Amino acid sequence: MCNTCGCNVTPGNEHLVRGDGKLATTADGRTAVTVLEGLLSENDHQAAHNRELLDVHQVLALNLMSSPGAGKTSLLEATIDRLGRDLRIAVIEGDLETENDAERIRAKGIQAVQIATGSACHLDAHMVHEALHRIDLHGIDILFIENVGNLVCPASFDLGQHRNVALLSVPEGDDKPAKYPVMFRSADMVLCTKSDLLPVLPEFQPNRAEHYLRDLASAAPFETVSTRGTDGLEPWIQWLRDELHSQRARLEQGRTTRPNIQQDSFRSEARGGPTHRHGHHHHHHSHDHD
Amino acid sequence: MHELSLCQALIDQVTRIATDHGASRVDRILLKVGPLSGVEPSLLQHAYPLAATGTIAESAELVIEPAEIRVHCHTCGADTQATANRLLCGACGSFHTRLTSGDEMLLANLELIVPDQEDADR
Repeated sequence: MCNTCGCNVTPGNEHLVRGDGKLATTADGRTAVTVLEGLLSENDHQAAHNRELLDVHQVLALNLMSSPGAGKTSLLEATIDRLGRDLRIAVIEGDLETENDAERIRAKGIQAVQIATGSACHLDAHMVHEALHRIDLHGIDILFIENVGNLVCPASFDLGQHRNVALLSVPEGDDKPAKYPVMFRSADMVLCTKSDLLPVLPEFQPNRAEHYLRDLASAAPFETVSTRGTDGLEPWIQWLRDELHSQRARLEQGRTTRPNIQQDSFRSEARGGPTHRHGHHHHHHSHDHD
Repeated sequence: MHELSLCQALIDQVTRIATDHGASRVDRILLKVGPLSGVEPSLLQHAYPLAATGTIAESAELVIEPAEIRVHCHTCGADTQATANRLLCGACGSFHTRLTSGDEMLLANLELIVPDQEDADR
């Protein structure tokens, strides 16, 4: 396994890797340690705990990501109008400053916790964990986590959510998936928002946006939606109901799931061969990669 | 710009491992970072000294090994090279591919200075 490693030190073999033990040192007297551990393992560990907490309370958690102004909060407002009577919803809002977005959600009679990140450009699992303790999870079906408006950093951080939703608004241009592949690859659902603007922005072609998404080898549904008008949200509402149903079916079987991108980051750890957790982290979680 | 917070996580991780091994100093840190990890190696290099100052890894050399983007095709079975925004099979063009390399963000290897323990053991 790891002859130069030392990461699997036990009382039985400790003498080999201590002092001048055979396995310990390189020719020039340095100790080489093979680690193969994800750089975000602390975050991922916290995220796994968040996911357990959500699963225990039978909550479906969705991470909404987009550039600033793509319409995340408007989408949530319209979703609450549409589903707020059937389903119990809560929202975590991430922004650099202000309580504005949380206030918009609270005005709908919905629990909302604002995380002001200061200068941090993304939410991480620790911030979300704190926010989870400020929400009464017992009475919740769906938790929306509205990430900081940013198409770069949020994609790298698992928060403990079950699914990632990426928004791409019509005024942004249809080549966003090609420009920000890391973000759009991570999405389990891509919503093309503000579709009511398509008539005045004919240069935006939803087909082309979807094509760029498929170039990322993504099979995620791509839906064109609008919060204006009556039926503009139908595909999104149906997807939410389906996801909630799937989440409950999984929980009945004692399983959970994580979004696209996190599966990938875990796979890349596994690719490196046997991995060894250092220190005090020896928790095991069973996750379903469906 | 999440490279600084990544560096801080890296330093925490490195410090933990170095302490476990009784190291007095970290000499070299090897990372493996793929283009689809969302991390920019040059920004990581710039942020590193800020995060490392005053830690056991202060004087460590940070080496970032790039990873190439490769996909495995579920349609034709080929393993081919790809680019960040075009992850299709290089052989048949199918989008039913699985990334096999390119999204890594791994702490791969550390070189530590461990003081001779013999005196302490006696």
